[in-house]
Amino acid sequence: MVKVVESPEGLEGQGFFATSLDKVIGLARANSIWPLPFATSCCGIEFMATMGANYDLARFGSERLSFTPRQTDLLMVMGTISKKMAPVLKQVYDQMAEPKWVLSVGACACSGGIFDTYSVLQGIDKVIPVDVYVPGCPPRPEQIIEGLMKIQELAKNESLRRRDTDEYAKMLESYNIEQAK
Amino acid sequence: MAFINENTNNSAVCSVDQYDMLNVNITADQLIDLVDVLKNKQGFIYLTDICAAHYPEKVGAEFEVIYHLHNLIENQRVRLKVALAESDINIPTLTVHFVGANWMERETFDFYGVNFVGHPDLRRILNMDDMDYHPLRKQYALEDETRTDKNDTFFGR
Repeated sequence: MVKVVESPEGLEGQGFFATSLDKVIGLARANSIWPLPFATSCCGIEFMATMGANYDLARFGSERLSFTPRQTDLLMVMGTISKKMAPVLKQVYDQMAEPKWVLSVGACACSGGIFDTYSVLQGIDKVIPVDVYVPGCPPRPEQIIEGLMKIQELAKNESLRRRDTDEYAKMLESYNIEQAK
Repeated sequence: MAFINENTNNSAVCSVDQYDMLNVNITADQLIDLVDVLKNKQGFIYLTDICAAHYPEKVGAEFEVIYHLHNLIENQRVRLKVALAESDINIPTLTVHFVGANWMERETFDFYGVNFVGHPDLRRILNMDDMDYHPLRKQYALEDETRTDKNDTFFGR
């Protein structure tokens, strides 16, 4: 029995269905999130388990992973990010097209984890804005799936004009990220 | 396990056995010739590792550069230790004998500041390029000094 996503409320008739645009777009964006697995260490292994058949992430719409930022919506940062890697991460984030979300998986990506040292970046939110944090060392696949489901909630309920607002522009400026116009 | 005490052909070398491994303490200028003998005549053709250690209490011999060589055919290992003073932290490079010494010496320079004379490209390899200190020296703490968000009292420091 295949479970399909519920359609939004709307006016239905013979051969047509009328609803509001942001509901449809939210539905489409939420159920077809294509992730970029920026997997650096152990959390990457947990992600590999999550993508496997047992905890299948593909049933949430994330069937097509891609290691190119140009074609993805969600940047999943999984693993320890060193200070040398931080500009690379920022460049990958810059290359993604709007709308984009960032999921920070694991203690090291959220806050540096147990590696409070000279070489580890103490949390990726020092260089890029993060939408959902998944704590754990490493988090279980179920927790990574919950993180993705929260991103789905964000994508579904996001206002279509959000990326054009001044507040968003100010937030990007605080990270020194140029907004592509 | 110390099979043949060949290092007696070089004068003023002392060797100490610990855990059945031959340790040879030499000076910086004896290094290249001794490695030449070990590699070409004794069969120690595999350079396992180059690392360093910092002993700030040994004034005049603070840094020690340690080379591990391995004889693959007879399965023998030897450790060469060169003591360097902080004021004259120069040592000739081993890239003349082992190409693999290139990155290992860059790592030793990156973390301890040991200057390898004659190295083709001595620059940082693992840390950020704009880091201005050598982090594994004993005077620097493990934690990043410039971090602003962690309160040390909560972390037991």
